[in-house]
Amino acid sequence: MNSFIRSVLAEADYKPERLLQMLRAVQAQYLHIPNAAIEQLAAALHIPRTQIIAVAEFYSFLHLTPQGRYDIHISDSITDRMLGKEKLLNYLAEKLRVNVGEVRADGLVSLNNTSCTGMCDQGPAGLVNGYALTRLDPARIDVIAKLIEQQAPLSDWPPEFFAVEEPVRKPGLLLNQPFENGAAIRATFARGLTETLAEVDSSNLRGRGGAGFKTALKWRTCAQQTATPHYVICNADEGEPGTFKDRMLLDLYADQVFEGMTLCAAIIGSDQGLLYLRAEYLFLYEQLQRVLKRRRDSGLLGRNILGHDGFDFDIEIRMGAGAYICGEASAQIESLEGKPGIPRVKPPNSVICGYQRKPTVVDNVETFFAATHIAVQGGSWFAEVGTAQSTGSKLLSISGDCARPGIYEYPFGTSIEEILQDCGADDVMGVQVGGPSGTFISNRELQRRIAFEDLSTAGSFMVFNNSRNIFDIVQNFTDFFAHESCGFCTPCRVGTTLLKNQLRKIVEGNGAAVDLEELNEICLVVKNNSHCGLGDSAANPILSTLASYPELYLKQLKQSSFTPGFDLDATLAVARRMAQRDDDAAHLSQVEN
Amino acid sequence: MSGTLCIDGIAVPFSDGQTIIEAARTAGVYIPYLCHRPGYAPYGSCKLCTVKVNGRTNTACTLPAADGQTVISNSPDLQHDRQRITQMLFVEGNHFCPSCEKSGNCQLQAVAYHQNMLDNHYPHFYAQREMDASHPDILIDHDRCIFCNLCVRASKEKDGKDVFGIAGRGIHKRLVINSPSGKLKDSEISVDDEAAHVCPTGAILVKRSAYLAPIGERIYDGHPISEVACEKAVIKAGEASGYPSCDPTKLAESAQQNGGPDSHYAATMPPAPDIKHGR
Ligand code: SF4
Ligand code: SF4
Ligand code: FES
Repeated sequence: MNSFIRSVLAEADYKPERLLQMLRAVQAQYLHIPNAAIEQLAAALHIPRTQIIAVAEFYSFLHLTPQGRYDIHISDSITDRMLGKEKLLNYLAEKLRVNVGEVRADGLVSLNNTSCTGMCDQGPAGLVNGYALTRLDPARIDVIAKLIEQQAPLSDWPPEFFAVEEPVRKPGLLLNQPFENGAAIRATFARGLTETLAEVDSSNLRGRGGAGFKTALKWRTCAQQTATPHYVICNADEGEPGTFKDRMLLDLYADQVFEGMTLCAAIIGSDQGLLYLRAEYLFLYEQLQRVLKRRRDSGLLGRNILGHDGFDFDIEIRMGAGAYICGEASAQIESLEGKPGIPRVKPPNSVICGYQRKPTVVDNVETFFAATHIAVQGGSWFAEVGTAQSTGSKLLSISGDCARPGIYEYPFGTSIEEILQDCGADDVMGVQVGGPSGTFISNRELQRRIAFEDLSTAGSFMVFNNSRNIFDIVQNFTDFFAHESCGFCTPCRVGTTLLKNQLRKIVEGNGAAVDLEELNEICLVVKNNSHCGLGDSAANPILSTLASYPELYLKQLKQSSFTPGFDLDATLAVARRMAQRDDDAAHLSQVEN
Repeated sequence: MSGTLCIDGIAVPFSDGQTIIEAARTAGVYIPYLCHRPGYAPYGSCKLCTVKVNGRTNTACTLPAADGQTVISNSPDLQHDRQRITQMLFVEGNHFCPSCEKSGNCQLQAVAYHQNMLDNHYPHFYAQREMDASHPDILIDHDRCIFCNLCVRASKEKDGKDVFGIAGRGIHKRLVINSPSGKLKDSEISVDDEAAHVCPTGAILVKRSAYLAPIGERIYDGHPISEVACEKAVIKAGEASGYPSCDPTKLAESAQQNGGPDSHYAATMPPAPDIKHGR
């Protein structure tokens, strides 16, 4: 093991900030992070072992105990569930003779659920040893089970099992615009850096990650900081259930995303960029490395880019390891520094004190992509489209109950109604706009619009028809937040689990009127006191459906003023077993009132 | 920079580098806290010190004090939420106050009294956590850990040792010890370390010291935490205080002339982009 760890360390240049990469390599080799590896890494990197343990326990895809040689995760996103994921998972468990959440005794296979894998348009989906499996069905599962029993390497599996399609159903302003590699960098230098920043400003481009902060202001603030160096980070940790448009951009338009980072680097004066790629998109890794290499070879990255003396910039790809919270900019920075992804205290903001405590721009994949077209076409070209507060267009990832799931591009201001028509959705009960952290729109509000002024979204758009049970949706989302809470702050760490349990109590028919009140109250405590956006939005699914469908919640309640949260009689089972009796007198009937 | 801010109608002066909670505390105004400790780097995790600053929710222990800030701390809403957050901490672990050696010296317990917490309100989690009694002088009862990170900071920043860490995600958080065996006895801690004495609950205890101060003569037996925590006598909002009461509008106006409330970071920073999880 010693020499393997040494090679891992050398590969990472002994840089503690690359800890996640090292642990990923160790996990791939030993199927977990062995104690001996922790000791060796801690000593070589001069970091406490507690940091390594903290990282290994924080990320879903790292483990301190051995996983199977085939480590399978099945996506638990609501859209996967709607496509029959539950049944498939059980079938797979049965076929492989392993329980969900466990490792088979012979160590050959482990099976788990995981949060959304970003394949909602081609689910039910999963991952095997980190690689995406799409369009699972019983026939595929039969083959997979056989391949595993034969211990066939993944390279011998049918390639179509791993095929990821990029169904771009409706290109718009940006996707229709031709682009030549290098054009944005050339335009930027021809016009001048300050002038290009002015164009980004007049385009009124706002961050596509959901919060909608003005891009030019972020870049300018960073450019003005005297501390050096400055960093550019591209946030490709698209973890919001139901989004996959960044996947498509990185798959089909990677050059342009990297070019967007490069022009940002020119403007803010940065020579190092990082792409934080979510673990679920491992299938893109090699291909993105090839794009980077090609760009270096053609002078679009590296030293004196396109002959501009002193303009040096390069990009490194760092993989995540399974944590939704790392989509939050400051949590992502922590992760990039080799730590658990816990959102930082603000102020100061990352623009001033970011990666390695230096000024850093963190932007979404789509933002960098849009910036390249703005650099070429100018700000007003972009600003003419959309609404006053939300200029330009937005990529949507549409999944759920519709005929044509996939990627759509719309000018801001487009109504939900129009979008539903395009994707072939009828008999709609509601739409989840912006993923679980966004807003649930019932079919009485379909005239509302995609825009920062109305429904802001990072791109997730999930359609539900009238055959769906609203509680299945809300429970899935609430469980998701409890699972993904980083646990740093009390209201979110404890509150999201309380929410999950309280919701379950009501949905399972064990709730009284006071329980509904209590549910509402926990929602508010979590929402009003949490440290970051996750806690802030964790109660949204409950709050927005409570507002839209109060009658459904009321119908779930027991018609009594008091209901115990547990089954009195069942708790006595142990006593009965110990006393070896099971007659009528040894049973309690539930208290009725 | 120094100046004056307004907490619940009381004018509170502050000096350079102070956070809101420290400005308040040195002036004798108590804002409850658990993960904070004077002289320690701010952390901001327990959320007990949540206040409204110029209308926005923030933690008083992490936000720098700035001239003209209007801070609301004792509104019924905030007090209610504080009580609920404390109750969350009680149900998350296992806190048997009547049999706990730290009773009467425990900040968690004292804060609960301050908030008039009469029950735990939420269903218990019945956490299964192990005790680490391996060290000859120091004991860790994991049942009582609230993940305030103070022992971590103490060991790192004050003792230069890195004995503690917090691992796990979400509700699975746990305190971990930096030693090959994971046991305290094999770590570098010594009973003289600050880390051995900093715990606000009964999670880290020094052995053979439990009843040196008998029950009834302990820190919070005679004085409420609001007094103990503050350097000056406690001021309740509305009471005569030695500090002038403040008119929030006037204060805000005068601060505006000095560059506006929050000017101290607003000048260098665009309004917090607070990039949501959206990606
Ligand atoms: S709100 Fe949740 S995710 Fe955000 S810091 Fe607090 S515990 Fe972590
Ligand atoms: S052991 Fe004590 S000081 Fe350390 S994190 Fe837990 S409660 Fe805080
Ligand atoms: S004391 Fe401020 S968050 Fe804990």
